[in-house]
Amino acid sequence: MNRYPLWKNLLILAAVLLGLLYALPNLFPQDPSIEVTGTRDTPVNATSAAEIAAAMENAGVPVKEIEPIEGNRLLLRFKRPSEQLRGREVLEQTLADRYNSALTTSPDLPGWLEALGAQPMFLGLDLRGGIHVLIDVDMDAAVDQALERYTGDIRTELRKQKVRYLTITRDAGRIAVRFKDAAARDEARKIIRREFRDLMVTEGDEGSDFFVYAALPPPIQEQVKDFALEQNITTLRNRVNALGVAEPIIQRQGDRRIVVQLPGAQDPARLKELLGATATLEYRLVDTEHDVQDALDGRVPVGAALYRERDGRPILLNRRVIVTGDQITDASAGFDQQSGSPAVFVSLDGQGARRMRNVTTENVGKPMAVVFIESRTVTRMVGGEPVKDRVRTEEVISVANILEPFGRRFQTTGLDSSEEAHNLALLLRAGALAAPIEIVEERTIGPSLGQDNIDQGFRSVLIGLALVVLFMAAYYRIFGLVADLVLVVNLLLIVAVLSALQATLTMPGIAGIVLTVGMAVDANVLIFERIREEIRNGSSPQASIHSGYDKALSTIVDANVTTLIAAIVLFSFGTGPIKGFAVTLFIGILTSMFTAILGSRALINLIYGGRRVAKLAI
Amino acid sequence: MSHAQILKALDLDFMGKRHLAAAASGVVLLLCLASMVFRGFDFGLDFTGGTVIELGYEEPVEIADVSGTLADNGFPEAIVQYFGSRTDILIRLPPVAAGEATSAQQSDRVVRLLSQAATGGVELRRVEFVGPQVGEELREQGGLAVLFALIGILIYVAFRFEWRFALGAVAALMHDVVFTVGMFSIFGLEFDLTVLAAVLAVIGYSLNDTIVIFDRIRENFRKMRKGSVLEICNRSVNQTLSRTIITSGTTLLVLMALYFLGGEAIAGFSLALIIGVVIGTYSTIYIATAMAVWLGVSKADLLPAPVVKEGVVVDDRP
Repeated sequence: MNRYPLWKNLLILAAVLLGLLYALPNLFPQDPSIEVTGTRDTPVNATSAAEIAAAMENAGVPVKEIEPIEGNRLLLRFKRPSEQLRGREVLEQTLADRYNSALTTSPDLPGWLEALGAQPMFLGLDLRGGIHVLIDVDMDAAVDQALERYTGDIRTELRKQKVRYLTITRDAGRIAVRFKDAAARDEARKIIRREFRDLMVTEGDEGSDFFVYAALPPPIQEQVKDFALEQNITTLRNRVNALGVAEPIIQRQGDRRIVVQLPGAQDPARLKELLGATATLEYRLVDTEHDVQDALDGRVPVGAALYRERDGRPILLNRRVIVTGDQITDASAGFDQQSGSPAVFVSLDGQGARRMRNVTTENVGKPMAVVFIESRTVTRMVGGEPVKDRVRTEEVISVANILEPFGRRFQTTGLDSSEEAHNLALLLRAGALAAPIEIVEERTIGPSLGQDNIDQGFRSVLIGLALVVLFMAAYYRIFGLVADLVLVVNLLLIVAVLSALQATLTMPGIAGIVLTVGMAVDANVLIFERIREEIRNGSSPQASIHSGYDKALSTIVDANVTTLIAAIVLFSFGTGPIKGFAVTLFIGILTSMFTAILGSRALINLIYGGRRVAKLAI
Repeated sequence: MSHAQILKALDLDFMGKRHLAAAASGVVLLLCLASMVFRGFDFGLDFTGGTVIELGYEEPVEIADVSGTLADNGFPEAIVQYFGSRTDILIRLPPVAAGEATSAQQSDRVVRLLSQAATGGVELRRVEFVGPQVGEELREQGGLAVLFALIGILIYVAFRFEWRFALGAVAALMHDVVFTVGMFSIFGLEFDLTVLAAVLAVIGYSLNDTIVIFDRIRENFRKMRKGSVLEICNRSVNQTLSRTIITSGTTLLVLMALYFLGGEAIAGFSLALIIGVVIGTYSTIYIATAMAVWLGVSKADLLPAPVVKEGVVVDDRP
């Protein structure tokens, strides 16, 4: 009696060994490393490793290992931090235009352990330090921008088809085109229906005017929003990569938010500036036919728009844009060779280059302006309700006469500082945001606080564990020691499952582990109290063990399922740190049921099972 | 073991005091509710929105100097306090008023200002900024989470036991939630997201306790031929008493470790759990069980289930 079949013992042993295996990576030292990602035009490929290795060898920096890691990245391992720092210098000096590099650490696991997919626990930002921001994408603006593009396209199309219209305006989420007569209106409606199948086209008359209205139907609006969100994620990823942060996390959250997490990042000010920036450029011809003064008095000529230069002087520009920032494929910061002022060198894509060449060829000798555009969204509370304000600034940063037709590559000057040139180049390279964004949540944890949290968390787990272990041993003697042993195994299994799943361990997560330690013994307490009861009722020791475990089982399961429900609710409603608590609580409940019921029974069976026992040490 | 003997000897008349306990609970809960309504909560940043900045100075720093610097530079509403030591300060900024800077950039300006004003080095230990709409969402989600947890548990207990027990269990849980949350209101303790998580954990824990006793009541209803409902309930509470005390004890041990050693970040969390575990143990007996009795559980309600076999055959050979 009270003996487990061999397979059951082996199963438990196998589970414990497996746990040991997956918990193991947490004990290995970390290599100082560099994570390398390609810039937008040069993804990391097979030759990259050889190229980087050659560069390191040239500079005399010993590299321990270069290995490709997931997400199209390379990991360079070094033996010493000093070599890691020199390695980064080498990368920045010789290959900066092709690769971004970020300092990180990586566990030095033996190959067989790596082959099993074993990794150390993934620490949350509150433990390792870093920056977390939650970004809200202005979806209405995305739809507005789409409408704006359609407005331009309709205007061009009607002109091309020689259909005369009076005005074309965008208001209340739709485009309104006004005509003098019904014939033109009908003709235009046909064209718009044919050329812009996405749009919902209606018509109406107001007084003596004839209108065609075009709006985006809801499914198309959803598409536009979805695209804006995905595009923004790509752009933010490019920007973050340029910052040089290892293991960045950029994820969609819900239908309008993006989470950006940068472990180890230190400079929230720079990050926020870069993430939220929408700076881009537009190239336009200067309108030299009309008078600026007229425009200032409110009579802005058709086809022109009033702008201001950085020093406040007004200037009239052609409404039609030659090239926008979207058509810029590459940009780098530098200095103008003649004047020595900060400059941005840009390269255009095929379409943009063609257009630029055509326009500049036709307009040699005329002035062209570069417009610097920046927009941001600010939320204010007005009477308890959040209100979003969109602030858009457009400044003309340079005006120069076109001396000769432009090619694919050219430079733009007029920037305030080399830092501005640098940021602008980075933003142009990373691509524009498809819709303005706003940072709605930020959590930055400094490295020292992260380490403090780890130390405090670790200490409270140990002390809590020690207290419980001592108490159980004193109160239940042999049975208490068994409970203690399975409690330690339970901790091991929690660590193993967390490591294997790569679930994020946070400070509340550690609290969840501590709580589990306290509650995990509950199952054993229930069982042991039952056994004592049975003994008091006069049952034999073996029978007491048997029925103690049997009778406590359903109670234990019932009691744990309810806590599981709480953990699941926490997980589905919680964010960040709370999720971490829910995860460890959930895992802890499952592993503790396994260890406290099966594990402790196996041990008790080994100690007392299959022989005559006069008295139990309980 | 001697403790076991002591606990065995106890045959306390828990149920006899149930009217007294109900009255006491009623008074305390009214106090809690009154405080929640009239005093409200000291909601943490997570729910109000705003900015919290923690800075570590190399040398001890005067609060007045820091708030002076901030007030002179456009942050008159900043609240500055020590955080653990005289070299560590915590700055709170309310949700942003309009202005050219976005609220996310406020913290950058504050850190820059104070770094320039300080004589020694200043280290940025932590910045937390929560926008007003996010705070509102978190508040909403928090309330929903508690509600859904209660509903889920109600369904599970009703399914596993009987509706009177389910109502008793949920009444006990609500008692625990109101009491724990009420204490945070009465004593003006900061109520943030981690405290909310603790409240949900309390729900899980308190229920755990309740289920254990209900399980025993169900078992005794089936086993004991004699005795009134009250006597059986009393019996059950007494039988599980040592387990209740020991489990609460070990849980409290680790929570104490967490409270005293875990650092400021989870002090509120640990405190909520400590309050919840103590009150959860009490409510199991006096709210959950008493409520089930009051609603009129009877042996008949639980009998249709298969009868437990008496005297399990045990093979005791060597």
